[in-house]
Amino acid sequence: MASASATLLKSSPILDKSEWVKGQNLRQPAVSVVRCHPTAPSALTVRASSYADELIKTAKTIASPGRGILAMDESNATCGKRLASIGLENTEANRQAYRTLLVSAPGLGEYISGAILFEETLYQSTTDGKKMVDVLVEQNIVPGIKVDKGLVPLPGSNNESWCQGLDGLSSRTAAYYQQGARFAKWRTVVSIPNGPSALAVKEAAWGLARYAAISQDSGLVPIVEPEILLDGEHGIDRTFEVAKKVWAEVFFYLAENNVMFEGILLKPSMVTPGAECKDKATPQQVADYTLKLLHRRIPPAVPGIMFLSGGQSEVEATLNLNAMNQSPNPWHVSFSYARALQNTCLKTWGGRPENVKAAQEVLLVRAKANSLAQLGKYTGEGESEEAKKGMFVKGYVY
Amino acid sequence: MACVSFAKLNAASSQWIGGQQSFAQRPGPSTRLATRRVSVPIRAGAYTDELIQTAKAIASPGRGILAIDESNATCGKRLSSIGLDNTEPNRQAYRQLLLTTPGLGEYISGAILFEETLYQSTTDGKKFVDCLREQKIVPGIKVDKGLVPLPGSNNESWCQGLDGLSSRSAEYYKQGARFAKWRTVVSIPCGPSALAVKEAAWGLARYAAISQDNGLVPIVEPEILLDGDHPIERTLEVAEKVWAEVFYYLAENNVIFEGILLKPSMVTPGAEHKEKASPDTIAKYTLTMLRRRVPPAVPGIMFLSGGQSEVEATLNLNAMNQSPNPWHVSFSYARALQNTVLKTWQGRPESVEAAQKALLVRAKANSLAQLGKYSAEGESEEAKKGMFVKGYTY
Repeated sequence: MASASATLLKSSPILDKSEWVKGQNLRQPAVSVVRCHPTAPSALTVRASSYADELIKTAKTIASPGRGILAMDESNATCGKRLASIGLENTEANRQAYRTLLVSAPGLGEYISGAILFEETLYQSTTDGKKMVDVLVEQNIVPGIKVDKGLVPLPGSNNESWCQGLDGLSSRTAAYYQQGARFAKWRTVVSIPNGPSALAVKEAAWGLARYAAISQDSGLVPIVEPEILLDGEHGIDRTFEVAKKVWAEVFFYLAENNVMFEGILLKPSMVTPGAECKDKATPQQVADYTLKLLHRRIPPAVPGIMFLSGGQSEVEATLNLNAMNQSPNPWHVSFSYARALQNTCLKTWGGRPENVKAAQEVLLVRAKANSLAQLGKYTGEGESEEAKKGMFVKGYVY
Repeated sequence: MACVSFAKLNAASSQWIGGQQSFAQRPGPSTRLATRRVSVPIRAGAYTDELIQTAKAIASPGRGILAIDESNATCGKRLSSIGLDNTEPNRQAYRQLLLTTPGLGEYISGAILFEETLYQSTTDGKKFVDCLREQKIVPGIKVDKGLVPLPGSNNESWCQGLDGLSSRSAEYYKQGARFAKWRTVVSIPCGPSALAVKEAAWGLARYAAISQDNGLVPIVEPEILLDGDHPIERTLEVAEKVWAEVFYYLAENNVIFEGILLKPSMVTPGAEHKEKASPDTIAKYTLTMLRRRVPPAVPGIMFLSGGQSEVEATLNLNAMNQSPNPWHVSFSYARALQNTVLKTWQGRPESVEAAQKALLVRAKANSLAQLGKYSAEGESEEAKKGMFVKGYTY
């Protein structure tokens, strides 16, 4: 007799998502005296991935004091937008030139612990013919790789999106590991103006959890990024509410997928009002709300929380991070910025070789500012006007 | 379009995440969404500040909880073990001995009572809750209605008590209780089945929300029973699953994490496992579990002793406090605080003082363990005796 809730599946002692919390056979519940015979219990703790130690070490290295991540994983299309903004064509040579500028900035590794690359860049060499990954490793920067395949409409939702990329992810990640990547990144989004619907949140969280498990299996530390988009006119309380829901679901599914928490990094959006909300929030308010969220949702086993900047200006992003580091946190609280690190650098370069050095210096200025912010020691003195310009683009699509 | 309901939804868990949306029509490419939005922050309860304050007070350095909430039947077992009848006067005499121990409040921050005791007084007519308050010990109350068989499971149990819980909790608050306790169990030899774990976690989450609504800090206790011959790795596996589910449902029920306390079992091998684990090993596994599952917003984690000897329970707690933790890691012990006390008392009035001294010895030992400063020198043989009873029921 099979009652609805407890199936009679003989579950193998190997981790199987079935009716048992691992490792046990179910006997007939109809029999009045049910003796339980546990099968030889699996001694597996979490999923003892063969990469467990390395994952923990990599995550810790990236989450090192005074350092954060340079996100430079723009898809070719998005990189095209960046290049177009300084009047350059979207060619491989131009993308190569720009990425060379970034990874070769002297001394970058003092402030940057990891760099997220797009697939093309992972396999590229610099204009000097040196592998990008080798340049990074020499700079003491861990190479990472964007592994998702972008956002597409989510059927049955309220005009929301889901993130593709699980198909073939296992072999892709194995190949990336061979090429030198040691962490991965997957960005999905949640839209407050569109709900968010329970469906969209569940799909976002489940996709992240599946991706994280596959990444760890292949030796890549997964960066877990459910971006709650800035778009909207909602107040900061609403963002807080949604963020709590999203992260509760993310962690529940991460656990269900036996992801090892000591070997992941998070990339949340900060808790702020919507971009079109009439009330702005100070860095202190952003810090208070964001830290409260983290305290309520992030177990201390997670070594690092690397915030995305998502449309904030360079200076805003730095100020907010700094405000979050005014007292010790149970996890490394740092940055994984793309636009908030690259904006001024890009404009300074303008595509001209004679500006490369100046552009690299500007990159170091931003990297150092955020390094200080990670240590809670940033003062806004001397920041340029460019750095203070907001970068929010309504309905922004990568 | 099976997935999205077109009903107007409330701000609770439904197809929408909080807020209120009316889903006027199926979204087309140019459909504007119905926009009346009501922003609802987490259930700002009337008692939020007080809950946070109470939880912090209980989770204060060097202090822990004295659990004396044995039901009348279980208290009867304790009394008969020293040859006493299970009468109200005897229960009153025993609880009086415990609660009027001078200086208890230096090591004990909270005491969990059974309903009878919450409404009882000393033989001098002083309310027990008043005795406790004077000692700066927060009175707590057991609110569950015990374990019964769980249909459809593998001979497992579930914990009753949600019916009428709101009014009960409100009454207990009026009587002076400021925290509540609900103990459910999970059995590794019986699976545990996904059903039993889900029911345990969901019941705890519902109870916690109702408690907070009524001003009581809920102690969240999913006890993973010691029974079994499984190794410590298996306990860790099950504990991680249980706590993941508990926290997920607590969040879903909008429980305020700053206003709860946890009462986990430590991560140890099963009682019948061939290898014993050292305090350091237990500490390592237990802290790993806590770090993986407990957000730092939770102010205190008060371990149950569940059959360990008095000294074991103290040693293990001490091992967990050798370096700073993001939460207060302490004790909520019943047998591990009361065992020697009971035996010293034997029901004799002339032994009350000695028994109270014995209670202070144990309370102080655990206080030191909470601070990571305990050493086992000078412990009696009685204190080292294990108290595991196979298939033990409260």
